[in-house]
Amino acid sequence: MIREITFGQYYAADSPIHRLDPRIKLFGTLIYIISLFVANNIVSYAVAALFLGIIIIISTVPVKFILKGLKPILFILLFSVAFNAVLTNGEHVLAKWGVFVISTEGLIRAAYMGARLIMLIMGSSLMTYTTTPNELTDGLEKSLGFLRKINIPVHEMAMMMSIALRFIPILIEETDKIMKAQMARGADFENGNIIHRVKSMVPLLIPLFVSAFRRASDLAMAMEARCYHGGEGRTKMKPLQYKRADYTGYIIVLVYFAVIIATRILFKNVLHF
Amino acid sequence: MNTFKNGCIMGIIKTSRLLYNYIKRDEEDNIEEVKRAVDYVDIDIKEGEFVAILGHNGSGKSTLAKHMNALLLPTEGTIWIDGRDSSVSENLLEIRKCAGMVFQNPDNQIIGTVVEEDVGFGLENIGVPTEQIWKNVNESLDMVGMNEYRKKSPNKLSGGQKQRVAIAGVVAMRPKCIVLDEPTAMLDPSGRKEVISTIKKLNREDNITIILITHYMEEVIEADRIIVMDEGNVVMEGVPSEIFSKVEKLKSLRLDVPQVTELAYELRKRGLPVKAGVLTIDELTDELKKIKAAGEHK
Repeated sequence: MIREITFGQYYAADSPIHRLDPRIKLFGTLIYIISLFVANNIVSYAVAALFLGIIIIISTVPVKFILKGLKPILFILLFSVAFNAVLTNGEHVLAKWGVFVISTEGLIRAAYMGARLIMLIMGSSLMTYTTTPNELTDGLEKSLGFLRKINIPVHEMAMMMSIALRFIPILIEETDKIMKAQMARGADFENGNIIHRVKSMVPLLIPLFVSAFRRASDLAMAMEARCYHGGEGRTKMKPLQYKRADYTGYIIVLVYFAVIIATRILFKNVLHF
Repeated sequence: MNTFKNGCIMGIIKTSRLLYNYIKRDEEDNIEEVKRAVDYVDIDIKEGEFVAILGHNGSGKSTLAKHMNALLLPTEGTIWIDGRDSSVSENLLEIRKCAGMVFQNPDNQIIGTVVEEDVGFGLENIGVPTEQIWKNVNESLDMVGMNEYRKKSPNKLSGGQKQRVAIAGVVAMRPKCIVLDEPTAMLDPSGRKEVISTIKKLNREDNITIILITHYMEEVIEADRIIVMDEGNVVMEGVPSEIFSKVEKLKSLRLDVPQVTELAYELRKRGLPVKAGVLTIDELTDELKKIKAAGEHK
């Protein structure tokens, strides 16, 4: 099950988007998310969709792959669209049944909500598809570096994140192993009602936790043995350095944001909400 | 470089009446149990030596090894690593730079998500400039023969390869001495061979002092010196042929001898005049040929 989720994975390719500095990708994603909330009419949404489409094409990540990432949020998506559609009061009521009202405004609102969520997930998953986890943590560490001044341990958090990422496959393998070992001794993970199945996870989780703690203590010792002593005085093997393409990237993102704001002001009466 | 201390020349690692207690405390922080892991040990390891430390589980050999990297500090006594006292906290980084450490579980000591990044981890920690990091990483990957895997994820490597990456990570920091704490315990025979031949190469070609902790006897026959530990004490010390000639004593310490030595020992017990302390198959065949020739001569 864990392997099926594509959201948050890396898609290896060599595109201009892949080569961008992780910081500009983080910044771009943040601006894109903000822009989706700034957008309030059909024109702004069209611009946002077009922008995303162009980036997807440049990134060479298959659209199918990106759409697969929407699967886990399908339920939330349908839920919020449906609620917006039937619970919004408006002037043009089309149907009414008890507390449920279907109005033109409600339908527009639901459509926008759906589009916003879809673009939000597609936009942010595009970032993880085109950025390796390592680059991502490096980018986060560097762009949030200013927080260190107010005593937020940015380096330590980034280190934790990258170690967590490294241990995900190891822990999945371990879960598999423990599961098989317990099944060989007659454990049943597949049958029975939900309570029964949750209960049957206990003999799986306890050994997993114990071994995770043991690993953590081993790893801490290995890191200390290799002179790890926090972020102070640390150099980088692969330091982040802006190239010309990155500056162009920043300009494009800012221009895009300006366009969204302009469309919000200029077309505020076109199918807005 | 030997350091002058107390008027005598010191080896790269020297301990003086080293003692370490594991202290178990209950919830109220009262001492519940004190277990002595290392009991007044004096050892002296010279630069460039290949020393093996043997001992069964709980003999204190791993505890001793952790002192050599200042991961543990002595309860009593002193340990000097390249002339630096480990109880002085300013020496900590220098000691860890000088004496690298490789652990048992290959998965639990690799930090990077890509091989080359892991090898560079130690160098990043001690603040080496980027260009120098790349140079050292390249060289050490070549030294352990892992350069072709540099862009791979460590999860895709075999156990022996992972241990070689771990060794490269230590070698990259240009240590004078590498302490290996049962590096082959979790490996299959071919992985074990890979790791041991890498260690030997580093010792011979690059003159790095090796301290190998193991309980596989086959790995130690080429060591310059063997130290046998039991219950926190050094009970035997000497060259391999000397140590392995005392088969009964080793057995009483719950240690095995290499298969060939065992065979020679059994033959001698049955009355064949095979010399004690035979370590390799070649040595034994030579011995047997001599005996056969002597028999025919009669």
